[in-house]
Amino acid sequence: MADLSCKIAGIDSLNPFWLASAPPTDKKYNVVRAFEAGWGGVVWKTLGIDPPVINVSSRYGAHHDQNRRLLGINNIELISDRPLAVNLQEIRECRAEYPDHVIIGSMMAPIEERAWKDLAQQIAESGVHGIELNLGCPHGMCERGMGSAIGQVPEMVEQVTRWVKESVDIPVFTKLTPNITNILWSAEAAYKGGADAVSLINTVNSIISVDIDQMVPEPMVDGKGTHGGYCGSAVKPIALNMVAEIARSPETKNLHISGIGGITTWKDAVEFMALGSNAVQVCTAAMIYGFRVVDDLIDGMSQWMDDKGYTSVEQFTRAAVPQVADWNELNMNFDTKAVINPDNCIECGRCHIACEDTSHQAITMTAKPEGGRLFEVVDEECVGCNLCYHICPVPDCITMEPVKTDKPPMTWPEHPLNPMRMAAE
Amino acid sequence: MTTLQAKQVSKSGAIHGGAGHNAADDGFSDLHPAYSTLQAMAESNRCLYCYDAPCVTACPTSIDIPTFIRKISTGNPDGAAKTILSANIMGGTCARACPTEVLCEQACVRNVAEDTAVEIGSLQRFAVDHLMARDLPHPFKRAPETGKSIAVVGAGPAGLSCAHRAAMLGHNVTVFEAKAKPGGLNEYGLAAYKMTNDFAQREVEFLLGIGGIRIEYGKALGKDISIDALKDSYDAVFVGVGLGSTNNLGLKGEEFPGVDDAISFIEKLRQTEPKSDMPVGNNVIVIGGGNTAIDAAVQAKRLGADEVTLVYRRGAENMSATEFEQDLAKTNGVVVRYWAKPVAIKANGKLLGMEFEKTELDASGKLVGTGETFEVRADQILKAIGQKIKTDDLAGMEIAGGKIVVDENYQTTAPGVFAGGDCIKSGEDLTVQSVEDGKQAAIAIDAFLKSA
Repeated sequence: MADLSCKIAGIDSLNPFWLASAPPTDKKYNVVRAFEAGWGGVVWKTLGIDPPVINVSSRYGAHHDQNRRLLGINNIELISDRPLAVNLQEIRECRAEYPDHVIIGSMMAPIEERAWKDLAQQIAESGVHGIELNLGCPHGMCERGMGSAIGQVPEMVEQVTRWVKESVDIPVFTKLTPNITNILWSAEAAYKGGADAVSLINTVNSIISVDIDQMVPEPMVDGKGTHGGYCGSAVKPIALNMVAEIARSPETKNLHISGIGGITTWKDAVEFMALGSNAVQVCTAAMIYGFRVVDDLIDGMSQWMDDKGYTSVEQFTRAAVPQVADWNELNMNFDTKAVINPDNCIECGRCHIACEDTSHQAITMTAKPEGGRLFEVVDEECVGCNLCYHICPVPDCITMEPVKTDKPPMTWPEHPLNPMRMAAE
Repeated sequence: MTTLQAKQVSKSGAIHGGAGHNAADDGFSDLHPAYSTLQAMAESNRCLYCYDAPCVTACPTSIDIPTFIRKISTGNPDGAAKTILSANIMGGTCARACPTEVLCEQACVRNVAEDTAVEIGSLQRFAVDHLMARDLPHPFKRAPETGKSIAVVGAGPAGLSCAHRAAMLGHNVTVFEAKAKPGGLNEYGLAAYKMTNDFAQREVEFLLGIGGIRIEYGKALGKDISIDALKDSYDAVFVGVGLGSTNNLGLKGEEFPGVDDAISFIEKLRQTEPKSDMPVGNNVIVIGGGNTAIDAAVQAKRLGADEVTLVYRRGAENMSATEFEQDLAKTNGVVVRYWAKPVAIKANGKLLGMEFEKTELDASGKLVGTGETFEVRADQILKAIGQKIKTDDLAGMEIAGGKIVVDENYQTTAPGVFAGGDCIKSGEDLTVQSVEDGKQAAIAIDAFLKSA
């Protein structure tokens, strides 16, 4: 079994799997269950200045597939609605009872120096390993000038990070909102403010669905709905890109990253780490299936590491970052073509109709003399788009095979047909 | 007089085997219970939404199966039902009675790698039942009245399908039915566990919702009506009379009480309420290898017969009953004996049993008796050795190979007279084929009337 221990922002963790600041980490009861289940750490649900907020009833909306599997949840719950002293006492108890597990205190306050510093100090005194700044909540709190209202303004991100760094001597994680135009602006601000790490992404601002009988967005609160924070496996691609952008940018590449966003399986976690995360945080998968999902996260990653010969997570952390490029750096002379293995084909015809209707008319369908249908790729028409490969219901039936070429690699800036290049000559 | 008695059918199901799905099965409840919404959701999501799907090709009525299943999966079951019914107005019966395992479900691509087809029949039933359970206007509109009138002989699947499509195309239809109820074999010829809750009658009522169709009951061809008279009074005639007569064994004592046609046995059972009042023997022999033989054998067992022996003159692989149906017989405790033919009916004042001779194929592949015989005791013998056409009343139409001859437009050799269903040679003698025949004949009649 591979060693899954890791270090992020100077904090040692038993494994890279933490529960994100959210309803599952609202109180000691849940956190104890999480630690017992095997989670390496938790980010406690965001603490604010008393009096505690009051939450509404009806809090989550859902994006299901047609088989009622949850692809994503959105929520309109606010930060912890329990008194600060109660939360801090429970944090102390958890730290004492589970000394090997990581607890990070998440916090949020109005944009006032004293408020951030006082709250950060109180939380630090409870014994947490670090503090996470919630600058991302896209619903409710932002209407009070907190959460994403701060996170969307890089100057405020820098200012708040600096205030907290000045007030405590434990690592500070600045949690970023994806509801911005360029993640690097907020990441750079956090870095300049002295953050030890960034956590991303917070939830994506969203209306998840509409009740078309009542004509109200969901979740419904007495006949009205509001936008909320979207999470779950559906947001993973958005998060992966933002993580990779920070990891490969010269200005932010030294920041540690706590990757968040739809991580459901061990493979998701490996992808986040390969693209730059030093550890990951999970919420929705646990909300859907319970804390026990950590078992496969640990076991799956460990098995995969053994298979690949990795003995520590550092060996693959950021391993894919060098291969993340701008489009302009891609080789225009690379060519790949779909190959259909007729032995695996179940003759559903999906590749044919997808290519015929929406792509390049590169898959023919002909009647076989012995009955049934034969699907074949027309190499001259196939542009290697991968659509058939992705929609085929049978694993390994369609493969993408690179075409051998004598042409040297050529990027678009070097391409003879690039008008910008021609203009320069 | 027959000595057959109605059995006390135990609610606990003690008298029959384990094929019933629910514990309180009384022997007549649904063979395949209706899907719940959850089951429909899960199963509809197994469909791959194939393009130019093999299941559609395998359906005699060419129902657009991937489209209707997708509609179920998106929460549009009534739209799914319309997709089904637009191709097959008796989609509800076909969902229950079709041997899907040799039609659509056999062609399902899910068989290739997983060996488990999407349960198309159950999904079809879910959709059609959903629509029929709602108090909605009939889903199809009639074209403007053409002023033409069509006589349909027989209110079975072929006749009713023809009537519905003809009415939809704007014609006025009068259906003449010899029996007291419509539905044909849907009402009289399928095992009770396939057509629960009076479904055949509910389906006809639904079908008639299109308007423009009148049914006259108790009008038998050759007795109350004739093809010639109908030709004179109507612009076109459709004959969907099915196969009105049955084959005989040609043995002495065949008229003996207790010796009956399996199809008559099923008919009586279907019209008996409560079903447990239906008399059945203690030891029942069923002769034949088709679905009717299985229906009769399973139904006899479920009615409380101690022993039911199904005897077929060839092997299991030669039976026209599907593998599923054969298994159903076995799981219901029916004893199946292959390679034997009846040679004598044994009676001594009352029916005692039957003597069989073992059979085999000779060197030339011909079925021959081996000379070795055995006896099976019985107080009831049900013959399911095929039906044949009643030719007496079909004067003017060419008959060949026991079927009415039709051209590619379903027109018989009598001009203006069309035919479909079991009385013609189209495909298998199945409800679904009859529905297709009726539909296509109506389209052909429409073209015929327009060109006239």
